[in-house]
Amino acid sequence: MAKSLFQKVWDAHTVRKLANGQTQLLIGTHLIHEVTSPQAFGMLRDLGLKVAYPHRTFATVDHIIPTNELVEPYADPLAQAMMDEIRKNCAEFGITFFDRASGKQGVVHIVGPEQGITQPGTTIACGDSHTSTHGAFGAIAFGIGTSQVRDVLATQTMALGALKVRRIEVNGKLRPGVYAKDVILHIIRLTGVNGGTGYAYEYAGTTFENFTMEERMTVCNMSIEGGARVGYVNPDETTFAYLKGRPYSPKGAEWDAAVERWKSFASDEGATYDDVMIIDAADIAPTVTWGINPGQGISIVENIPSPETAKTDDEKAGIIEALEYMKLPAGAPIKGTKINVAFLGSCTNGRLSDFREVAKYVKGRKVAPGVKAIAVPGSQIVALQCEKEGIDKVLAEAGFEWRAAGCSMCLAMNPDKLVGDQLCASSSNRNFKGRQGSITGRTVLMSPVMVAAAAVTGEVSDAREVFEVGELVEA
Amino acid sequence: MALEKITSVTGRAVNVPGNDIDTDRIIPARFMKCVTFDGLGEFVFFDVRHDPQGNKIDHPIDRPEHKGATILLSGANFGCGSSREHAPQAISKAGFKAIIAENFAEIFFGNSTTLGMPCVTAAREDIAKIAAFVAANPDKDITIDLEKLEVRFGDASVKIAQRDTARDALINGRWDAIGELIDGLPAVKETAAKLPYMAA
Repeated sequence: MAKSLFQKVWDAHTVRKLANGQTQLLIGTHLIHEVTSPQAFGMLRDLGLKVAYPHRTFATVDHIIPTNELVEPYADPLAQAMMDEIRKNCAEFGITFFDRASGKQGVVHIVGPEQGITQPGTTIACGDSHTSTHGAFGAIAFGIGTSQVRDVLATQTMALGALKVRRIEVNGKLRPGVYAKDVILHIIRLTGVNGGTGYAYEYAGTTFENFTMEERMTVCNMSIEGGARVGYVNPDETTFAYLKGRPYSPKGAEWDAAVERWKSFASDEGATYDDVMIIDAADIAPTVTWGINPGQGISIVENIPSPETAKTDDEKAGIIEALEYMKLPAGAPIKGTKINVAFLGSCTNGRLSDFREVAKYVKGRKVAPGVKAIAVPGSQIVALQCEKEGIDKVLAEAGFEWRAAGCSMCLAMNPDKLVGDQLCASSSNRNFKGRQGSITGRTVLMSPVMVAAAAVTGEVSDAREVFEVGELVEA
Repeated sequence: MALEKITSVTGRAVNVPGNDIDTDRIIPARFMKCVTFDGLGEFVFFDVRHDPQGNKIDHPIDRPEHKGATILLSGANFGCGSSREHAPQAISKAGFKAIIAENFAEIFFGNSTTLGMPCVTAAREDIAKIAAFVAANPDKDITIDLEKLEVRFGDASVKIAQRDTARDALINGRWDAIGELIDGLPAVKETAAKLPYMAA
């Protein structure tokens, strides 16, 4: 019977059925970071348990890391305590830790692929909801809670019920100035923030086939923002080319065998899906959020919704609550909304291609007076490559602060925070109330190039106009 | 590990209305700078219980009549956003034993179940009936019955639903899977042996 990748990977990793009907699923690759793992190690100690497969867990530090402070002890003693804790736990349990001194530290969802740890046909778990990122490689990757981090450490498995699979097909060529970020913001706008609950998403169609791995990662990353715990793209030559030669990728004869095996996990022709959604790439415009969840998005040329236009009472209440928090006028264009901060980075858009694309457009331009702009590479390796290519200088000359790798202002667990009701044009993934570190801070999500356009104009802008994107793409 | 069989939860309830109450709202990220879950209870819903200066503002869970409530009522898509177990931990450590909502975000639901904190769903109009009862009788207990799949309050009752696997795990005292997962370790070894990338 024709099967989807999800079913094949699920079957290959099924250990047994549990008494309550869930599956004991083997998690081949476990990624951990400093925020959601210390309690799990504490539980292991309390229960007198060991790590079952220490060579299949990899650690890094990202959430709390200061991006403008390289020397320990960090000014924030709580951040230092978390740093010390993960270092101690990894040493005690024999886990590979990509510490800052390794030169490989970064946001966990950037480090895994970069190292070749993320591979097709595998199961991956991490105590972080954006673990779905790794699905870009044809892996089934789950964000999990800390008790499950404990379960995976102790047994390399977790208890889980199977998910339904929705195939989301996007076909055609994206219009100039439209990016992978716009694709996922568009999808979430269509499904709402809970439309994916209970589903794994299979992203397919010619748009995805033509995407680079970094573009696929951006889309898979935000699956959870539409409620889907898992999102993946079938592995293909683009996937294999990305993985070839990476530190943890198979080598020599093992490489060829691995590629054959990886290919066999791709969804079969004729596989059945619980739901199918088809989108025309040409219908997708540069998309920005105007509200307090990632489903509250509009194209840059649209107006902010009014409560009167709502189709349901829920939507109406949602619009009222969002506009009150965002301090935005109903029915007005989103374009022209003044910004205070521009944030480039995060596990969604903190990769080399994101900074390259931004550098291409901000070269020779200046960040608008009064705007604080920060650029935070997703990993030390991304940072180094940007520095080799002079991207850091281009951004610095434009007025961006070039920082060290980490999650930074995506969730503001480090010193990078909004102040008061500052409005941030952000390449990150969540615009929840208070998300960027101020209880009244406001977030407008968009692609990195749209962040750059907002940074140089000082307001939410259409990057296609600011940078004459169509022409530059032709050139 | 013998776990409690959670067949019902009885206690006073408090309604925290709204849809899409996300995990950042349940426990703001700045309170996750910790290496244990102890003490998270006092920070639950912190930023909607305080003004930007940190002064208390009116919030249902702080109202005197709801002090000591152990059942939380809310709207749709409760617990969306991050996978942080800090969110259900904070709710649990604040004294709550169960949550009734229209529906739950996937990861939050699983995290809560693993803590032995049942999340049950009910129709919006039924949640409104429970909320009306609780508003009129904040001192009266209500009961979530996981075996009969109903909530009883005063003389009334409404139907609830819960995913079969979670319900089974709760009422049979196997909501924390760690014991069973460990029992399966020999079988894990067999499965791992068939997967080349698991080789040491």
